[in-house]
Amino acid sequence: MGKMVTLTIDGQVISVPQGMLIVDAAKKAGIDIPVFCYHPKMEPVGMCRMCLVEVGRPVIDRTTGQPILEADGTPKIQFGPKLETACTTPVSEGMVVRTQTQVVAEARRGIIEFLLTSHPLDCPICDKGGECPLQNLTMAYGPGESRFQYEDKMHLAKHVPLGELIYLDRERCILCGRCVRFQSNVADDPVIAFSQRGRALQIVTFSEPGFDSYFSGNTTDICPVGALTTADFRFGARPWEMIPTASICPHCPVGCNLTLNVRREAAAGGREVIKRVMPRQNEWVNEIWICDKGRFGYHYTESPERLRQPLVRKNGRLEPATWEEALAFAAEGLRERSGVVALAGGRLSNEDFFNLYQVVTARQGRAVLYSTMAGGDYVQRYGLSGDANLAGLGKGDAVLVVATDLHEEAPLWWLRVKQAAERGATLIVANARPTKLERYAAHVIRYAYSEVLEKVQSLLAGESPEAQALAKATNLVIFFGQEGLSLEASEALATMLARLLVQNGQAERPLSGLVAVWPHANTQGGWEIGFRPDPDLAHTLATAGAVWVAAADPAGDDPILAQALEKAGFVIVQDLFLTETARRADVVFPVQAFTEREGTWTSGERRVQRFYPAVPELENTRPDFMIVAQVADHLGIPLVGRSASRVFDELARALPAFAGLSYTRLAEVVEQWPLVGRGDLYYGGTVYENTQGLGVRLARMSAGAELSEWPAVEIAPAPADDALYLVPVVRLYDQGQTLVPSHLLQQRMARAALYLAPATAAQLGVQTGERVEVSAGEWAETLTVYVDANVPVKAGLVPRSTGVPLRQPLWVRAQRAVLEPQP
Amino acid sequence: MSEYLILRHRAIPGLERLPVYLEHQGFAAFKKAVMELPPAQVIQMVKDSGLRGRGGAGFPTGLKWSFLPNDLWPHYVVANADESEPGTFKDREIMESNPFQFLEGLMIAAYAVQANVAYIYIRGEYWHIARWLDQKIAELEQAGLLGERLFGTDYSLRIYTHLGAGAYICGEETALLESLEGKLGQPRLRPPFPATAGLYNRPTVVNNVETLANVPLIVLNGPAWYHNYGTDKSPGTKVFSLSGCVNRPGNYELPFGVTFRELIFEHGGGVPEGRTLKAVMTAGASSVLIPMDESVLDTPMDYESLNKFGGSLGSASVIVLDDSVNMAWLTQKTVNFFKHESCGKCTPCREGTYWMNRLAERIVRGKAGLREVELLYQVARQMQGKCLCALGEFSTLAVVSSIDRFRADFEAVVTKEPIYG
Amino acid sequence: MNTLRAKYADEIQAILAKYPPEHKRSAVMPLLYLAQREAGYVTVQAMAEIAEILEISITDVASIVGFYTLYYDQPHGRYHIQVCTDLPCALRGAEDFLKALCQALGVEVGQVTPDGLFVIEEVKCIGACHRAPVFQVQGDGEIVFHENQTLETALAVIEALRQKAQQEKEGTA
Ligand SMILES: Cc1cc2nc3c(=O)[nH]c(=O)nc-3n(C[C@H](O)[C@H](O)[C@H](O)COP(=O)(O)O)c2cc1C
Ligand code: SF4
Ligand code: FES
Repeated sequence: MGKMVTLTIDGQVISVPQGMLIVDAAKKAGIDIPVFCYHPKMEPVGMCRMCLVEVGRPVIDRTTGQPILEADGTPKIQFGPKLETACTTPVSEGMVVRTQTQVVAEARRGIIEFLLTSHPLDCPICDKGGECPLQNLTMAYGPGESRFQYEDKMHLAKHVPLGELIYLDRERCILCGRCVRFQSNVADDPVIAFSQRGRALQIVTFSEPGFDSYFSGNTTDICPVGALTTADFRFGARPWEMIPTASICPHCPVGCNLTLNVRREAAAGGREVIKRVMPRQNEWVNEIWICDKGRFGYHYTESPERLRQPLVRKNGRLEPATWEEALAFAAEGLRERSGVVALAGGRLSNEDFFNLYQVVTARQGRAVLYSTMAGGDYVQRYGLSGDANLAGLGKGDAVLVVATDLHEEAPLWWLRVKQAAERGATLIVANARPTKLERYAAHVIRYAYSEVLEKVQSLLAGESPEAQALAKATNLVIFFGQEGLSLEASEALATMLARLLVQNGQAERPLSGLVAVWPHANTQGGWEIGFRPDPDLAHTLATAGAVWVAAADPAGDDPILAQALEKAGFVIVQDLFLTETARRADVVFPVQAFTEREGTWTSGERRVQRFYPAVPELENTRPDFMIVAQVADHLGIPLVGRSASRVFDELARALPAFAGLSYTRLAEVVEQWPLVGRGDLYYGGTVYENTQGLGVRLARMSAGAELSEWPAVEIAPAPADDALYLVPVVRLYDQGQTLVPSHLLQQRMARAALYLAPATAAQLGVQTGERVEVSAGEWAETLTVYVDANVPVKAGLVPRSTGVPLRQPLWVRAQRAVLEPQP
Repeated sequence: MSEYLILRHRAIPGLERLPVYLEHQGFAAFKKAVMELPPAQVIQMVKDSGLRGRGGAGFPTGLKWSFLPNDLWPHYVVANADESEPGTFKDREIMESNPFQFLEGLMIAAYAVQANVAYIYIRGEYWHIARWLDQKIAELEQAGLLGERLFGTDYSLRIYTHLGAGAYICGEETALLESLEGKLGQPRLRPPFPATAGLYNRPTVVNNVETLANVPLIVLNGPAWYHNYGTDKSPGTKVFSLSGCVNRPGNYELPFGVTFRELIFEHGGGVPEGRTLKAVMTAGASSVLIPMDESVLDTPMDYESLNKFGGSLGSASVIVLDDSVNMAWLTQKTVNFFKHESCGKCTPCREGTYWMNRLAERIVRGKAGLREVELLYQVARQMQGKCLCALGEFSTLAVVSSIDRFRADFEAVVTKEPIYG
Repeated sequence: MNTLRAKYADEIQAILAKYPPEHKRSAVMPLLYLAQREAGYVTVQAMAEIAEILEISITDVASIVGFYTLYYDQPHGRYHIQVCTDLPCALRGAEDFLKALCQALGVEVGQVTPDGLFVIEEVKCIGACHRAPVFQVQGDGEIVFHENQTLETALAVIEALRQKAQQEKEGTA
């Protein structure tokens, strides 16, 4: 810790680190200095002038360098002629700050009055009413009556769509610039800006689509008035009517902490419904931000398409059944068959995985993780450890990002890696194509998809500048994904990366390690519990006595898996929706959404975090772990099935990494900085304070254990000169079942398409908008082409989860599709 | 005028042409500095001369140059040619008619702080002057006075002009730097000052055109010589831009300490026939109104003497007001200017100038009473001491001083004679 | 296709050369002048092209256009006749001069003359206070001062511009 400085604020003597701003020092001391433009996560600009305070400094004798003393022996303090902005003035030794004097109160009253001269005062219909700093501060300091004449007010547009997600009310905007600064400095998407000047100053956007940023929703949290609102929540509810529930974002492996705001709603037949999703502070995970997918992507939980009843196959057709019937039917199906395969996806909770694992192993079956990416076992051994926080990365450290586009796959990690680079960490980005993270990279490693392993292997050789930068880093954090990799190649990649950590001597350091960029929130949890991906899944399914699928839709993703599934002896499916896989099942169980139940997820950083029930369950649905336990019960396998916390206790007993953990432990909090979400929403914004648990990072599994040689994986070379390497790539807004019901995002969702380099397109004789047929063996698709200079030659990128059945990269033949003339 | 230091073209015809300028010891100072004087010595000379910034604040120029840290590079020098204060037109004359002396000053400043690039930020309305300077710069490059490895030393210098586009606030040095960086011209917080974190976050000197035009003669003739002009604390001459109700408006180069009487009556020819002098503004629109009577007329004009009127010399843009001018009308003019020019960044200035303008408009239109006059006064007071930069403060000066000192003018318009119907 | 870049490659290069390569953004103001010269105002297309050249967001370019008064984002008449009516000029009859000029042209401040050529505007001090009444003409990529004006001289300036425009029209017709 740096040097400490002692100062007095309103008579209270405090010591804080040198360089701290008065406003933060006061906050620490429990004294709230009102602010509008200041935000503790951003550089101060001192423009709203709300935080003016009296600042005095000791008078120093020039000859002795010592403070001059008063008659009573206390240092003589000199106050400046003007008030100073607490948000821009750093503390200094012996400083005396007064925040409660008449002069300060007058200044506050004056600033509030100025702000109100052009404010509409429409609190009764404003979304921010009830949690609005301007409203609160007006009550506290504002003038009693208006000296400003109504006709002098500036009348401005009130419903300006900044794109379809965020609306701006120009009259309410107090021009504090928080939103603009957040977008340029934090999110680095400068898609909103001030235009005009003086009183005509206003926020504009010219991006296409408007306000084009994955982080846009955060501006509505930090906007200190009701000027920025989300299209999702506008006029939805009053803040005081809503009940907050702690939750975790279900969409990606970051595990952002959320608060779900719930209200009983007449329009929903008196049910409690989610009105909005807000960030919840967790400085180890998401600080106080979330991405727009997390904020707007919860509507699937309330989709009318949800399964509401168990289904059982009778006479070849799926028919509604009672729970008792369906459970008995499932147990019956399993009882007769050996060779049961559990196929589970990363949306399950740890408890769900655990129970499922218990049953299949009790039946000598196999627990298969539905994943095309490997490496979770390396993450167990070489992941981050203890309380290591990405915020700790800085000068002298390095971050390596391989085969993933963090901005699309895990936006908050993108943000945190960017910040690490800005703090001075050396960032190295390796991918076959440019990604947005490269802006901050000290080194960029570009490879052809087929060369990725060679490239990474060369980092072990230690000769290139990149390799040297990695080798000399104190801490090294490696994010790896699966872009362009087969399951086997991804296994090899993880092994090499683990080797790199060992070789560089970073493997033992807590703030060094592997982080897997999984496609789902809890894929890592599946690994922890013992699920493993299967390189020959089609065969495994086709030859299984019974397949028990949970949170996975192999048949929807891949026709080959669909065929395989049809050969399986007996199929049980647990899901939210009637997926392609469910349609082929013998019994289907409707499960609860994460908003309706409790449980835990393990993030890609191996942080185990709890989510809580926010709304009552959809009638007739049950949580996955309970369904599993109830089927098991019919089979005479005793499992805990009533309470998630008790399943977790079992799990903690069974798995060393979880030893000592319990729901109570996971709910523990420590004070975090900055302090947010308390009485003074003007300081941090409407982000929620974390009172329900920061989660706990799992213990590292025998780190340093012998590392196997990696398998000599060769990425299949091009079968022919003109072959195209078709690569599924992740787009944040895909057309997966957990996103499509969020209609608001519709316009921004990726569509099925084939992205080609200009040269490749030219070779095929196609242009944007034309169609190309790609095929490999029996597999064939016709796709619309987009020519994009960022695509590597000889590759074709296909957005994942947009309806194109492509789970893994594939060499294909490609040719221009000649369309039949339309009648 | 006895002698010109800055407006030398008035004495030397053709001085705007390089050969003529060279004939009159042009670039001798720059050459001497680059070839003979260590940068620190140049700074010391300027310090010793007592030269103070002509852009308004009167900050000692040599001292400013000495603040640049030598462990952070590159350094920049930016000439502030934004000249937008109402009533100011002196930098324009210097650049139009004595361009080389200004450029030479800029070049010496650059050498003194070892900057290899200097910019001239010039207001957009002076489009033709920017073109003109571009030509002069090209001539200097051709003549080997500007460019790489000058005079066989390893010192290189490039000068570029950069046009503003109609924003008074860009004369404020930090807003100027933002604008030069391609951003909105809104002032930055200070500290840090440009000397440590200026253009592109690098140490930067920002000096007014007239300030820089003083430098060649100081280096050539030495600091002691410079003290032959002006007062003890304000040495040298000043170009006064004289405008308003005066018979001979124009630029007058006079030593500091010249009195109002000399400037307005001897040089400016006094107020038009049949009228009497009522008040003077010394810093353009950014001034308090100094009521004029015989005793005040003999006040010397320098950086110190005007304090007793709550005023300052500023850029010495002297606007003369005679008894035909109603000060309520004048107030409306000035607040309208500041409302138009407020950048909008800080609350009190943005809202205050807007509000004051609405009030002042109503007052001069006869749609308001004394209550609004009082409110106008209070709004101005409420802004004072709270703004992010000086523009907001400036906007209150004429308001407060006119209501304090010329209340009768306000009473006249609110009770009987609206000025704009 | 970036038409600005294609058409003015050399000029753009010269502008960019003034600033350090890592601070290209500094060139936004000169490039906006260039775009404005091209179309008479800054089109959204031009903003997008400038954004592309400087690798900044179009929103950031638009924000600059809005801040400075000498840039226009709408077509407004070819020549902006900008009369200074700020305090020092007003003290020397600029307000009456403006009124007379408007009357003579049959337009109000801010209105475009029926031939689409002129718009009369009021501006703040342009640094010619000692030569009031004054106006500047902004158009055709230039700004030209006209000082010590009377109604007659001003109308003559306007007439000359009108003839220039007329000749150009005939020349191309
Ligand atoms: C609102 C405002 C406008 C200003 N306009 C100008 C200007 O047009 N020209 C100028 O030289 N200085 C102007 N200044 C002063 C500059 O900020 C700065 O002090 C000056 O350029 C320093 O140069 P000097 O030390 O040579 O005077 C202005 C200051 C403020 C607050
Ligand atoms: S929209 Fe909100 S955050 Fe943005 S400037 Fe206005 S008040 Fe501030
Ligand atoms: S100026 Fe300090 S909070 Fe805005």
